[in-house]
Amino acid sequence: MKSRTIQRFREKTIEGALLSSALATVLITFGIIGVLLFETLEFFREVSLWEFVTSTQWTPLFQDKHFGILPLLCGTFLTSAIAMAVAGPIGLVSAIYLSEYASPRVRNAVKPALEVLAAIPTVVFGYFALLTVTPFLRKFIPELSGFNALSAGIVMGVMIIPIIASLSEDALTAVPMALREGSLAVGATRLQTSLRVVLPAALSGVGSAFILGVSRAVGETMVVAIAAGQQPKLTLNPLTSVETVTAYIVQVSLGDTPYGTIEYRTIFAAGMSLFVLTFAFNIFSYWLRKKFREEYD
Amino acid sequence: MRTSRVADRAFQVWGLVATVSGLFVLGWLLYTVFADGLQRLSWNFLVSFPSRKPEQAGILSAWVGTVWLMAVTLAAAFPLGVAAGTYLEEYGKKNRLAGLIEMNIANLAAVPSIIYGLLGLGLFVRVLHMGRSVLAGGLTLAILVLPVIVMATRESLRAIPPSIREASLALGATKWQTVRHQILPAAMPGILTGTILAMSRAIGETAPLITIGALTYIAFLPAHPVMAEFPFLSLKGLFDPFTALPIQVFNWVSRPQKAFSTNAAAGIIVLLAIVFFMNGVAILIRNHYRKKIRW
Repeated sequence: MKSRTIQRFREKTIEGALLSSALATVLITFGIIGVLLFETLEFFREVSLWEFVTSTQWTPLFQDKHFGILPLLCGTFLTSAIAMAVAGPIGLVSAIYLSEYASPRVRNAVKPALEVLAAIPTVVFGYFALLTVTPFLRKFIPELSGFNALSAGIVMGVMIIPIIASLSEDALTAVPMALREGSLAVGATRLQTSLRVVLPAALSGVGSAFILGVSRAVGETMVVAIAAGQQPKLTLNPLTSVETVTAYIVQVSLGDTPYGTIEYRTIFAAGMSLFVLTFAFNIFSYWLRKKFREEYD
Repeated sequence: MRTSRVADRAFQVWGLVATVSGLFVLGWLLYTVFADGLQRLSWNFLVSFPSRKPEQAGILSAWVGTVWLMAVTLAAAFPLGVAAGTYLEEYGKKNRLAGLIEMNIANLAAVPSIIYGLLGLGLFVRVLHMGRSVLAGGLTLAILVLPVIVMATRESLRAIPPSIREASLALGATKWQTVRHQILPAAMPGILTGTILAMSRAIGETAPLITIGALTYIAFLPAHPVMAEFPFLSLKGLFDPFTALPIQVFNWVSRPQKAFSTNAAAGIIVLLAIVFFMNGVAILIRNHYRKKIRW
């Protein structure tokens, strides 16, 4: 009888320990929000929120300080848009090809190779963008500057292809065979079936993949820090040097910024903007994916 | 009718081109890295400290720092991740709290890595006074890979058929005995595969380490963990400043001189060799057990 009680106690203790590990992951989220919020609030004691969202200059490291986040957001938007212009079409076409056209043999050969692409550290892509892609593009666009949004964006796009391709492919493959068979039976070609039956049926899953791709591009750091430059500018010209939110955080972290100064706090304010942005994307993507999962149960 | 068939064929070709284009870029990248860096790779490169003179510089402090970091990351993230995954899959499957934790983990997995760097800077470096040490860096990376390990654990546990659980429980084993002696051992290959993949991601992470203030120029190693006298093991190195392989590569890439970018390429070859090796081992484990276990 007594050993029963001990055993029950042990079971409960272990379950409690496992639960606290699971709760630790929630603590991480609170930790992130807490740290960002604390430093950001300190930041807004010295800088008005109005200036932060409306000023068109970002010069916290100069004598004449301006704290407008817009130029950094503009850089992030520009590089991410270029990345999505590359990764979106290529990723989607690859996904359709892999799920609707390719033979199992081709699929089994290509998918692991795309995984290799996804496994390469981002600093390597940064090297590639700065020292290979930029000189290559300069042969065609002589006015391209040494650091530019274009090659950083393109390389980031290549980096994101595997994410979009593999998540979209999962969504397409999950569409029931009966839908395809019905379409083919009434005389549609594979292309018509893919584009008008399978793709619409998988739209929420494909949408979720795209949003996750955007979120990755917005948060990507090393490629833009290495190849896009360090000039916060309100421009949509991809041939010039820009600075993204992430690249700014790297720039300040590399310098010896003393703890507690306004310069130190800018990276948390910038990080907070980044976190809010990607958080919104992630939740939206998660919600889309959950919704799509229930569709064919 | 005719044109739609032509369009179908054309799309098939275009699809193949699009799919292979990513691989083409991969090939191009590997070619340029090897063409530039292979000449620089030598024994001296592996056992020398960084230097102002590019031809004498090496990656000793970088790879030793990476080994230290990975040890801390693994020690922190593996037990915590497996425990959290086990709870979510085996214990709290249906309750609301588990649903919330699940959404939280999915979201954490997509938070940009540099945000984890800011968390590490605010929490480990400042509040917990660890300074810019190996410990702070390793724990930051541990938090970064934790969601990946949790998800890998859950997936492997889900693949174990319910009949195993039912048989064990029917024989009178408690829930924990079932999990500890039946479920976890059976799921271990999958968990290990996921963990190795997570670690191979952590090895290449640069941004969070820069954010917590990893130094880019370090000409010494963390205190050696093995000592001649009692107690033979020293953890003093945990509190030393550090650099890591991707940080060293980043440092060399950012310098304008050609000789340094050659060093960067050589560093990248070492980094890629480690990453590909780890991925290869993970795939081997996966394939080995997939063939062996038949439920």
